[in-house]
Amino acid sequence: MFEQTSKYVGTVDGAMLYITAFSVLMLLLITVAMIYFVIKYRASKNPIPTQYHGNAVIEVIWIVIPTIIVLSMFYYGYTDFSDLRNTKQFDEEYHVTAKMWDWDFKYDNGVITDTLYVPVGKTLKFNITSIDVLHSFYLPAFRIKEDAVPGRNGFIFITPNKTGVYDIACAEYCGVNHWDMYKKLIVMEQDEYSKWYNSQSPDKN
Amino acid sequence: MSISTTTNNNYTNFFQVKTKHKGLLAWLLTTDHKRIGIMYLVSILTFFLVGLTFAFLMRLEMLTPGPTIVDAQTYNSFFTLHGMIMVFLFIIPGIPAVFGNIFIPLQIGAEDVAFPRLNLLSYHLYLIGAFLALYSLIFQTHIDTGWTFYVPYSLRTGTDVTLTLLAAFILGFSSILTGLNFVTTCHRMRVKGMKMFEMPLFTWALYSTAWIQVVATPIIGITIVLVLLERTFKFGIFDPTLGGDPVLYQHLFWIYSHPAVYIMAIPAFGIISDVVATFSRKSVFGYKVMAYSTLAIAVIGYMVWAHHMFTSGMSDTARTVFSFLTFFVAIPTGVKVFNWVATLWRGTIVLSSPMLMALSAIFLFSIGGLTGLHLGAISTDIHLHDTYFVIAHFHYVIIGGILSMFIAGMHYWFPKIFGKMHNEKVAKVGVVLYFIGANVLYFPMFIMGYMGMPRRYFDYLPEYQIYHQISTVGSWILITAILLMFINLLIGIIKGKPAGPNPWGAKTLEWTMPSPPPLLNFIETPVPSHDPYDYHGHDERNFKNGKFIKNEENDIINQENS
Repeated sequence: MFEQTSKYVGTVDGAMLYITAFSVLMLLLITVAMIYFVIKYRASKNPIPTQYHGNAVIEVIWIVIPTIIVLSMFYYGYTDFSDLRNTKQFDEEYHVTAKMWDWDFKYDNGVITDTLYVPVGKTLKFNITSIDVLHSFYLPAFRIKEDAVPGRNGFIFITPNKTGVYDIACAEYCGVNHWDMYKKLIVMEQDEYSKWYNSQSPDKN
Repeated sequence: MSISTTTNNNYTNFFQVKTKHKGLLAWLLTTDHKRIGIMYLVSILTFFLVGLTFAFLMRLEMLTPGPTIVDAQTYNSFFTLHGMIMVFLFIIPGIPAVFGNIFIPLQIGAEDVAFPRLNLLSYHLYLIGAFLALYSLIFQTHIDTGWTFYVPYSLRTGTDVTLTLLAAFILGFSSILTGLNFVTTCHRMRVKGMKMFEMPLFTWALYSTAWIQVVATPIIGITIVLVLLERTFKFGIFDPTLGGDPVLYQHLFWIYSHPAVYIMAIPAFGIISDVVATFSRKSVFGYKVMAYSTLAIAVIGYMVWAHHMFTSGMSDTARTVFSFLTFFVAIPTGVKVFNWVATLWRGTIVLSSPMLMALSAIFLFSIGGLTGLHLGAISTDIHLHDTYFVIAHFHYVIIGGILSMFIAGMHYWFPKIFGKMHNEKVAKVGVVLYFIGANVLYFPMFIMGYMGMPRRYFDYLPEYQIYHQISTVGSWILITAILLMFINLLIGIIKGKPAGPNPWGAKTLEWTMPSPPPLLNFIETPVPSHDPYDYHGHDERNFKNGKFIKNEENDIINQENS
């Protein structure tokens, strides 16, 4: 679940942990306070309530502090995203075309496959589009997804640092076989990839 | 339902009133806000049970990988029907139409809403829209677009969505007219002596919601008209093959459908404020902050819609701006939770069934709200978007939060509406079961979502099976709890003991009249207090079985403490 398949995955999981830790802390505070008050001020022990209409200082404190914290969350999410989107240089480029209910992966040499082969340690750019309805190119292991929109081109980058076989899924509902668009992303060593790449030619398809 | 419910023979309650129409027509043609509220309650709960049935079937299908009870096409129809019915027929109209109708006039000391006949028209539109929707959804086609109707899929799917869209259009008008009515009622119908900032927070919540209904709902109407024009005349607004833009549709859809989440949530917050204040025997902590935060949620909630679209391909600038704005909704919502908890502080806490449900709702809603932070930050959302994490977040908010609060309201106002008491013990067992069921059902979905299980999947990879199975068992617990509480209330209507005017010891104006309320509500014109939750000098020992008893010794204690 927390396998570090790229540096970006580490930053997303970090943001996830940060937000989750804050959430758990808040939930604990609220819950403990509720239970404590309910027991301590139960009607049988405390029959006469103290009328207290509020406190401006407390209100300001619990407006300002959470604002700062959630803005740090925004910043965290934004910088990761910004770094990812503004990648200027990449090593390999692939054209991903979604259709009901399949994916085509096209390489620079014109070869089209239905399993995506990529080299490890390189920055890869995926150009994503669709020929029919909306789909979404989802790589759970890389914490990445981008919709495939007909008539538009989307893009994402990944830099895998581990070889292995990963799932590709469709994440935007696209009809009866939406669930059946699982394909594989195979991350290989560079020389292995080169060997595979050079053995392919468009004529074979 | 027993129409002759009565607790007091000295007056005629709104169930007993004779009009020129008889039988069912006496209800369908009534302009009494309470009768209209009851009709909404019956209709809405009926549709809720239909939606619940589809939820039950979906979870059953997810019990094992591969086809369990149905095929993929039918499963897709199930989640579409579940979403459409629950969103448009139950949770959006839900609290405003039922409790808003019945209790806004009662809480502000009015005889009725500002436009009683318009109110009846709203109900008729709701009924027409609902039946049209059900007819088209169930008998006409196997609709399979999901409740979001995303184009181009919804344009090219063989199923005919025209009638369904028309139904949504009519339902929209019902909502707009109700909103208009409530805004006017709150401004013009308050009893002499009650200022805007002296209304109970439930009414405040409904007032803020009414503005969203009036301002946001027309956009879904316009969107529907555009989709119909596109389908009929091939305008090319959304369909890329005609030169249109499918992302534009998503914008228009969410400009309505995100504020719609607040149409669902804000009234529910209002219920919690009233319930927590009543059973803490205290004024709500920071009344004005609560009222303003309600307005703030309504206003900010209007400007965050595109956080549903971080992966849609819209510009990076738009993603950043909408993520930034989204985090500001968290603040007034958080403030509400803090103020509810602070209201308990040094109160006199009575753990009645509505209060227990309210406290459970605050916990479950907090989980739903806090996981919204994960979805507001761009980088984490890109991973979690359209996975089960979103399902879990949304259902913790809606089922854990809003439905809980709706049920808390049902138990809180039950004695007022029907004049009878339900069985408190059974209700509390229901609350505990509900709490367990909701957690078992929805928590595993967070884990599945982070592991990468996309939503709207008929089948799943083997590693998700254990989570799906736990979740399905949870659905059985939750449904048992809901049915238990509903049946308990039904038995209460038939067999419950007389409740008297104010069994909970509440302070807002609806409790100053006999239960059930008389036709024109107030026998004597009520005198509002400057604090809607005025528990000044309250001593719980003086309050027994729905009555305040005088006791000299306690009076002395009261004076010493006041």
